[in-house]
Amino acid sequence: MDLATLWFWIVAFLFVGYFVLDGFDFGVGMSLPFLGRDDTDRRVLINTIGPVWDLNETWVIVAGAALFASFPEWYATLFSGFYLALLLILLALIARGVSFEYRHKRPDSKWKAWFDGMIVVGSAVPALLWGVAFANIVAGVPLDADHNFTGNLFTLLNPYALLGGLTTLLLFFTHGVVFASLKTDGELRERARRLATRSGLITIVVAASFLLWTGLAFGTLWFWIFAAVAAFALIGGWLMNLRGSEGIAFTLLAVTVATAVLALFSALFPDVMPASNDPANSLTIENASSTEYTLTVMTWVAVFTLPIVLLYQGWTYWVFRKRVTRSSIEAAAH
Amino acid sequence: MNDLLDPLLLARWQFGLTTVYHFLFVPITIGLAATTAVFQTAWYRTGKTEYLRITRFFGNIFLINFAMGVVTGIVQEFQFGMNWSEYSRFVGDVFGAPLAMEGLLAFFFEATMIGLWIFGWDKLPRGIHLATIWATAVGSILSAYFILAANAFMQNPVGYEMSGEGGRAELVDIGALLTNRVVLAAFPHTIAASFMVAAGLIISAAAWHLARNRNLETMRPALKYGLWLMIGSGILTTLFGDQLSLAMVATQPMKMAAAEATFDTVCGADASFSIFTLGTPDGSSELFSIRIPYLLSFLSTHTFDGCVEGINDLQAQYTEQFGPGDYSPILWVTYWAFRWMIGLGLLHVVIAVVGLWVTRKGRMPKQAWIWKVAIWSFPLSLLAMSVGWVFTEMGRQPWIVFSLMKTESGVSPYVTGLDVLISLVAFTLVYGILAVVEVRLIIQAIRKGPPEVGDPDPETGKIEPATTVY
Repeated sequence: MDLATLWFWIVAFLFVGYFVLDGFDFGVGMSLPFLGRDDTDRRVLINTIGPVWDLNETWVIVAGAALFASFPEWYATLFSGFYLALLLILLALIARGVSFEYRHKRPDSKWKAWFDGMIVVGSAVPALLWGVAFANIVAGVPLDADHNFTGNLFTLLNPYALLGGLTTLLLFFTHGVVFASLKTDGELRERARRLATRSGLITIVVAASFLLWTGLAFGTLWFWIFAAVAAFALIGGWLMNLRGSEGIAFTLLAVTVATAVLALFSALFPDVMPASNDPANSLTIENASSTEYTLTVMTWVAVFTLPIVLLYQGWTYWVFRKRVTRSSIEAAAH
Repeated sequence: MNDLLDPLLLARWQFGLTTVYHFLFVPITIGLAATTAVFQTAWYRTGKTEYLRITRFFGNIFLINFAMGVVTGIVQEFQFGMNWSEYSRFVGDVFGAPLAMEGLLAFFFEATMIGLWIFGWDKLPRGIHLATIWATAVGSILSAYFILAANAFMQNPVGYEMSGEGGRAELVDIGALLTNRVVLAAFPHTIAASFMVAAGLIISAAAWHLARNRNLETMRPALKYGLWLMIGSGILTTLFGDQLSLAMVATQPMKMAAAEATFDTVCGADASFSIFTLGTPDGSSELFSIRIPYLLSFLSTHTFDGCVEGINDLQAQYTEQFGPGDYSPILWVTYWAFRWMIGLGLLHVVIAVVGLWVTRKGRMPKQAWIWKVAIWSFPLSLLAMSVGWVFTEMGRQPWIVFSLMKTESGVSPYVTGLDVLISLVAFTLVYGILAVVEVRLIIQAIRKGPPEVGDPDPETGKIEPATTVY
């Protein structure tokens, strides 16, 4: 495997990390109106992701920077082409991030309701639009000979891509709700489990349609392997949730997200941004990548840092492994 | 109408706006993370409750600010690709590497450690909890190094070669890129200046309470710390600023000429530094000017008989080298930004020295104006930081990468003026609203003062820190 191919998979790995981690905290954010009966409930939910949402979100920064460093052409085409979609994602992430920090700064309920709303919208918009973006990457978009995107926002809002967006939205939602049942207790935990059962069913239907469509249109051998694992893990996760094994359900859904992302990257390979108008204009691993020298330097950095990153992030999750309870929130509220 | 929807102009405005805005939070993060760590260490070693209260006080302000730094930082990384795709294609092979290193080596670390610090008060052993705030501080400083290394490439491209067929800059020496003469000076200069901003915040906050005779037991040590930090970091900022000037003269002489609005090459006593000029600084209509002879020569070359190249000579030289075009930045911006940066920086050192004198041996001045000056030191030190960036970035114009690519060539070709206008308006609105909320929350946190901490446990003597939750 040459370095550029290796970096295609490192970028895939970073996006897997991003969607597995930030995906479920988008889900927790979206679940506030469904699961939170009162302010304490909502605080419990927010505090389940409190210590980790920031490091989860960091994955997109690293993925974006890695894309810039290893495939400048891909980064340039994607980011300038999907302009308004990315603008919406940015605005949503800003609204969401500051809301976590600001909502508890004042006791009045209007203030809190305002920021709760921003958390919900700020979580749902990226959850939807990342799916739209990745479906478009796989399906291809119109590119000129200099690899510039020649469509507009409505080019991106095609049925296939919208189905992709709906898939990530539902998948992240369900993953987040299962996380909520894993990290809370009492009534809230039970409510989350029941909600996950219902949303999980819709997720299975939508995700299966999306993967099937992708497979029939762009499928490769590896796509089908990853997609099959994703499908089994999703159904398994749903069953485990039904049984009340939250930990296993959460893990299986994480496997679903990871393998679904890998399936999309397999469908994309060896292109990175196919041109829907003329295959000659496609961006490929070969014509989009950085030089051998840059990739070598970056490989050394990634090989040394990523294992350490995984270790200390894993440790963080272990430190905050306990369930967040209503009583702990009420005790700390004074 | 055409001008209003010029993507280049709008993209430049957006970059300027979002970057200056982002960099309001960066220096506070860098300076306050370390400050919080210092006071937490003092508490760890002495067990004195006052230190814990100061830690909580500044830690809280630090957190209000931290989230803004993170979310506005994502915009920075995305907008290279969104608005400047030609630039990204051209430099990605070189410029992407330090950005990716920043993410992998520094930002991941910082973001993880901050979560552990905020939520770990009752979950981690005291020593490890202390280590997490130090780790956050180290992460934020390391992060700045890589970003400044990337920026230094735009000021003084090194470690690259131009590729034959692709017409792009390609990295050939990562060591040279990371030890760029410009970053070696800009990094300590920026970090020291960040500590000046944090010192400004600490002085402001402490002065607000002391002027009202409140919280003396915590705000007195905080003020003393802030004043000394201002003096120490002010001296370092000046020394490394001087190094940065030398690097600038060597690598971007036009920027120094523009900083002084010097049209003709001048030497020795004629290479004077004007503190103040009335009239337009375009050289034609100078009405009144206070000048210090030799100073420009000294700043530029560290000798009194050095020469400083003028804008006209450099313009002629660049026209010959790069073809016809205007190679000077907007002079009134560079001229005044340079003076405001230096002036405000020096003013703060003077304020800090005077502050130490008037509060010597526990004295508390009664004059209200003294405290007012102290309270203004936070916004003014932030302003100094911002004009410094305006100077260094606008002074680079018309280049996006000095000598390699002009700003006008870097913009995304298919992104329409309307797209950029929508995005500029959206960011202006959102950033504006958030600025109001942010300022209010910081003022509220300052006024509330250091939180009370419960009495030590009578049996163990330990203080049970409250759980921090959202």
